[in-house]
Amino acid sequence: MEFGEIVSVLLQGAIVTIKIVAMALPLAALMAFIFGLIRLYAPAPIKQIAVLYIEFFRGTSALIQLYWIYFVLPFFGISIDAMTAGVVALGLNIGAYGTEVVRGAIQSVPKGQYEASVALNFTSTQRVWHIILPQALVNMIPPFGNLAIELVKATSLVSLITIGDLTFKAKALADMTLQVGEIFGVVLVLYFLMAQCLSLFFRYLEKRLSRGLGRGGIDQ
Amino acid sequence: MKKPIIEFKNVQKRFGDTTIFNDFSFRVEENEIVSIIGPSGSGKSTLLRILMTLEGIDGGYINVNGESLWHMPWNGAYVPASNKHLHKMRNHLGMVFQHFNLFPHMTVKRNITEAPMRVKGLSRQEAEKAADDLLELVGLADKADSYPNDLSGGQKQRVGIARALAMRPSILLLDEITSALDPELVDEVLDVIRNLAKEQSFTMLLVTHEMYFAREISDRVCFFDNGAIVEEGKPEDIFTAPKEVRTKAFLNAYLGQ
Amino acid sequence: MIQVTWDWAFAWEVLPMILSAAKITLLATLLGSVLAIAVGLVFALLRRGRSKPIRVGVYWVMEFIRSTPLLVQIFFLYYVMPEFGISMSPLLTGVLALGVHYGAYLSEVFRSGIEGVDKGQWEASRALNLSTLDTYRDVILPQAIRPMIPATGNYIIAMFKETPQLSAITLLEMLQVAKIIGSENFRYIEPFTMVGVLYLIFSVVAAYGIHQVERRFPKEGFNLK
Repeated sequence: MEFGEIVSVLLQGAIVTIKIVAMALPLAALMAFIFGLIRLYAPAPIKQIAVLYIEFFRGTSALIQLYWIYFVLPFFGISIDAMTAGVVALGLNIGAYGTEVVRGAIQSVPKGQYEASVALNFTSTQRVWHIILPQALVNMIPPFGNLAIELVKATSLVSLITIGDLTFKAKALADMTLQVGEIFGVVLVLYFLMAQCLSLFFRYLEKRLSRGLGRGGIDQ
Repeated sequence: MKKPIIEFKNVQKRFGDTTIFNDFSFRVEENEIVSIIGPSGSGKSTLLRILMTLEGIDGGYINVNGESLWHMPWNGAYVPASNKHLHKMRNHLGMVFQHFNLFPHMTVKRNITEAPMRVKGLSRQEAEKAADDLLELVGLADKADSYPNDLSGGQKQRVGIARALAMRPSILLLDEITSALDPELVDEVLDVIRNLAKEQSFTMLLVTHEMYFAREISDRVCFFDNGAIVEEGKPEDIFTAPKEVRTKAFLNAYLGQ
Repeated sequence: MIQVTWDWAFAWEVLPMILSAAKITLLATLLGSVLAIAVGLVFALLRRGRSKPIRVGVYWVMEFIRSTPLLVQIFFLYYVMPEFGISMSPLLTGVLALGVHYGAYLSEVFRSGIEGVDKGQWEASRALNLSTLDTYRDVILPQAIRPMIPATGNYIIAMFKETPQLSAITLLEMLQVAKIIGSENFRYIEPFTMVGVLYLIFSVVAAYGIHQVERRFPKEGFNLK
């Protein structure tokens, strides 16, 4: 097979990978915020649900979660196509790690900020939305960037439930031809480029946000 | 006796095993300026923090403006205050912090207008007009659009004062507001407080280590040690003729050098 | 809708098979950890070396390893190594992939641990005319190890949780065994759930173990023989 042909097949796979990332990333961010905030501020029983979600998804492995959603849920009458299973599993998995990012960033906002907003008589919702979260957001960007790269890497798992992503195409090509060195070399480089792009984007985002928030973002 | 605007009755406060206040009583009259001096760890700041509702109490009662701060009447009895009650009571109080606690993600002006707009529901124009006047008052009219991290410590603290005043509290709590400043920046902050004391009628409760300032500005000085007022009186009495041994020792250590 | 119930009889029947596969999972994790620590240490020291090209080169190699999927690296080794006449069992391939992948992560932990040791320790060692090797072995590493334990432990747990990926190259670890059981009996709920629970139990126990190791580790460091 010509090298150009290999690359074009792999690029098709890369597009699928990017699609999965584009869908799972917002889901992960949503889960991270919802459960991160619940973990910090909700009353005890609801907090327990969040802890359960976080511990379960962080304590077991992503591939098992993917298999469980894809193979086991249909037995409960919840038929789910491979793509949805992949997006949901990865989004929930990375989201569980993201809750810790949200929690850590919020807790790293100095206590004085909370006290000043009590003294100025903000309601507890106003305190979180207008004082604490805007400052915490800047702190979240770098660890979220790392998680986004972990997500890109984790998308390779969906190849094991027959989704035609980059890894799947690579394996299919490798089984067909003998040019395994080229194939996997190109695949690794493509993943690397995707990760670098994300990393650049998040670094840009961090710069933008901290400029908007008045230099360093955090006092002292 | 004039009507007290702040009244502590047999207040108890503990942090774990450490007792800060045991049966502490204390009152402040309307428009009185009271300085609290004393060694660190004596509970001076805790007093202010309890008033600002940053710390709860373990026993006793506190009245602010004739109403109970930490309790509210309910079915003929007094029960611990709800958030709503605390929210209402906080309207009487304003606080300036040792470490400024300005919001770093907002401009100076926004720091001052944020609470009046969100909490008091002022329009943007009203809030900004008030902020401009306050910035004028603290001498920072040219810094309205700066961010806190671009200011010196003295400037930050003057913004802190303006921010507290913007909520129009009747009681102003000043918690060691010059302790975190370089010595050469202390006066610009104290000048602002001097002017406030002269030109406006306020109840002011200040915890301070600036003895000369306390003497100059206060109607009354309280020497605090181990969670109790050891001695209190007119500034000239306390500073020139303290009666208690502990007061003398403390003032000697401070002013003797 | 198909009625599903948890079948205890079936669960008990297949549990021994899954547990015996757990041995393979744990073996892969153990060997992978040893290799990862060795690789991580070598990378960390290379990144502190004198030659700038090596420092930069090692940085990008590590960055590359860390930002590409483990699964692709596993496939790479599995398919490409035989091209060079090296044929390895799935277990060895898996261990090599895990070791190199997590070695790249651990090298950062080790590097910051080494850099966390007070600069004065280097100066004192220099003043006593200790060689670089002696300084690392007798002075720096003994002090650096304790602060590295939590992060190292977390990466080893993370590695453990990625071992199911070795099923992709036919290693008969827990998940692969569960999948085979599932497809033979057309009952996935018990085998997959049990594997998940086992991972959860192992992770919790390992996290506790790491905490104990850190707690008991002498605060003043210790002497490497």
